[in-house]
Amino acid sequence: MTVTRLTGLPRRSLLATAGLATAGVAAGSGAITGFPTIWAQKIRNITLRQFGTGVSNLNAIADKVKQDLGFTLQMTALDSDAVTQKAVTQPKSYDVADIEYWICKKVFPTGTMQPMDVKRIKNYDKIVPIFTSGRLTPTSTIAQGTAPHTVSFVDSPNAKTFAKQQTGWMTLIPTIYNADTLGIRPDLVGRKITHWKDLVDPAFKGKASILNIPSIGIMDAAMVMESLGTLKYADKGNMTKPEIDKTIGFLIEAKKAGQFRAFWKSFDESVNLMASGEVIIQSMWSPAVAAVRAKGIQCVYQPLAEGYRAWGGGLGLAKHLTGIELDAAYEYINWYLSGWVGAYLNRQGYYSAVLDTARMYMSADEWGFWIEGKPAKSDILSPEGKVMEKAGAVRDGGSFAERMGRVACWNSVMTEDRYMVQKWNEFIAA
Amino acid sequence: MERIYRRLTRDHITAWLQATPLALVLGVFLALPMVALLVVSFFDYDSVQIIPGFVLTNYREALGSAVTWRTYLNTLRYTAIVWGLTATIGFTVAYVLAFEIRSRTAQMVLFLVCTVPFLTSNVIRMISWIPFLGREGLLNTAMVRVGLIDAPLEFLLFSDFAVILAYVHLYTLFMVTPVFNSMMRIDRSLLEAATDGGAGFWQTIVQVILPLSKSGIAIGSVFVVTLVMGDFVTVRLMSGGQSASIGLMIANQISLLQYPAACANAVVLLAVVLMMIGAILRIVDIRKEL
Repeated sequence: MTVTRLTGLPRRSLLATAGLATAGVAAGSGAITGFPTIWAQKIRNITLRQFGTGVSNLNAIADKVKQDLGFTLQMTALDSDAVTQKAVTQPKSYDVADIEYWICKKVFPTGTMQPMDVKRIKNYDKIVPIFTSGRLTPTSTIAQGTAPHTVSFVDSPNAKTFAKQQTGWMTLIPTIYNADTLGIRPDLVGRKITHWKDLVDPAFKGKASILNIPSIGIMDAAMVMESLGTLKYADKGNMTKPEIDKTIGFLIEAKKAGQFRAFWKSFDESVNLMASGEVIIQSMWSPAVAAVRAKGIQCVYQPLAEGYRAWGGGLGLAKHLTGIELDAAYEYINWYLSGWVGAYLNRQGYYSAVLDTARMYMSADEWGFWIEGKPAKSDILSPEGKVMEKAGAVRDGGSFAERMGRVACWNSVMTEDRYMVQKWNEFIAA
Repeated sequence: MERIYRRLTRDHITAWLQATPLALVLGVFLALPMVALLVVSFFDYDSVQIIPGFVLTNYREALGSAVTWRTYLNTLRYTAIVWGLTATIGFTVAYVLAFEIRSRTAQMVLFLVCTVPFLTSNVIRMISWIPFLGREGLLNTAMVRVGLIDAPLEFLLFSDFAVILAYVHLYTLFMVTPVFNSMMRIDRSLLEAATDGGAGFWQTIVQVILPLSKSGIAIGSVFVVTLVMGDFVTVRLMSGGQSASIGLMIANQISLLQYPAACANAVVLLAVVLMMIGAILRIVDIRKEL
């Protein structure tokens, strides 16, 4: 399932009209004033090829790049497995990789990407510290799993192994991240849901679901096990073999007892299970909750006592980028952090890397609702202008600090990855 | 002598030329991929890449794991049940079409009616069961309202029942068609002879029609067996991801980029299916019967 989106004029027609455009370009866009005309003309002929998962590969972003920076951003959306594979096996086929941090852990050590010089990133100091020091506030604890800051830095431009602390070389510039939890049907569960263990409450027998993507599903199961108090993990994102065995054993028991109605793999499946009432409590993604609500059905993204499972992605550069194309890529990344995209992503219910700049592009009411957890004063609209929440609504889970401050673990890739997948298959076959 | 020789070579060349297109098509689109499958099944892999080599790990892991065996058992169980149901239903439908419907036109019209559902994609046909069988689905709602049951029946959807129902719905026509075809070839005078000889309804079916439709049943069985053994979409959607099949296991491995493991499983599956087809063809000599 590959979706290729091309925006703007094809490169060839751009070249053809380059002569005519020379004068126009200089006056064309506010964002490139200050650069010599010759540079502006050259960069206009550049096409950057970006690929990544669907969540942040948005047409609106490519259109805005064309408008603000003048060059063409060509986007390809793939699923996360295909993204990993393309990043490693076809390094020449892309210029900018939009990948998740746990994918970065697999991909960067293969040497197909180059780190970025943070001196060239203007808003580097304003990036949310989760991605640099690992701590949201100086006192917060570091979550388990592949925490972004653990794979964000390398020691030198040619290094392939991750540095333990901040260096001048960053592997990914964060773009989008969020905190995941259980989705529930408040009209059907009949009681307050407060803990991850409620997923396996016998009261919801045959009405629960967990997602069938091994690396994420097993972490949701781990959250449940810890919540029950049956097992305490050293690191839920990097389990030992005995821990994997126990977790899968627990899942098999729950499955045999008939706790689960189904397992879902795609976004749409999770929406349908919830909307049809087949399932009333399950692992869920935030836009899926929004999709159920959009059908006029009550659905809550329930904050839980043990905290959230978080995920995040960022932009990285292909090894082969040099010269003016590399300059264009830096220009693009600086633009990405300068606010417009941030506001766009925040309005979708995700979080952006530099909140200060995004705030300048959001209304006070939007900022209050999405980031500060305040009741909406007027209707909250999606970036496309659709009503997402009515006036008076409060975001599930509250403010940015309350949500991202309570991350228990990050999506991750385990050392025992292969073993875990085998055991997971055992669970599905049981 | 020389003329005969020349004639022979010309015939030879013609024969070779005639066989070439098919051989090329089969070679490029069947034999080559099979060879690739076999070669890759011996490769090694890690979480991001395939490492060319010659290791037996993939086969050892596939054959040595209890999960594989349990999954095979489950797939074979589906296959056996679905085969039994499609053969019974297929035979009955074909019998009615071939012997009970007298008018040729009516026969053809009814046969075409059987194929109408096949004008849509099989995924759509399958998915359309979901809103029908669900907890809040049409069937449950109707039965609760009429008062047949007190609470919705949960086993209707996301269960083995749902999987088998979908299979039978999807694949019965593959049985009807060849059986109908071979029944149409049965000489009607044989039936008259059976009746004259004093055979009753059942005796005629068991001793005359069934043996003479064997080739049709065998062809239908080959279709049904290969389709069910290789399926992954039906199992995943209708069981709600709760049941496994070999095809699903392979699909999972592909999505996790474990291509060599998937290839090894595919090779094993291919061998098993070939043996099953071999057995079917052993019992019924299709060529002779045709």
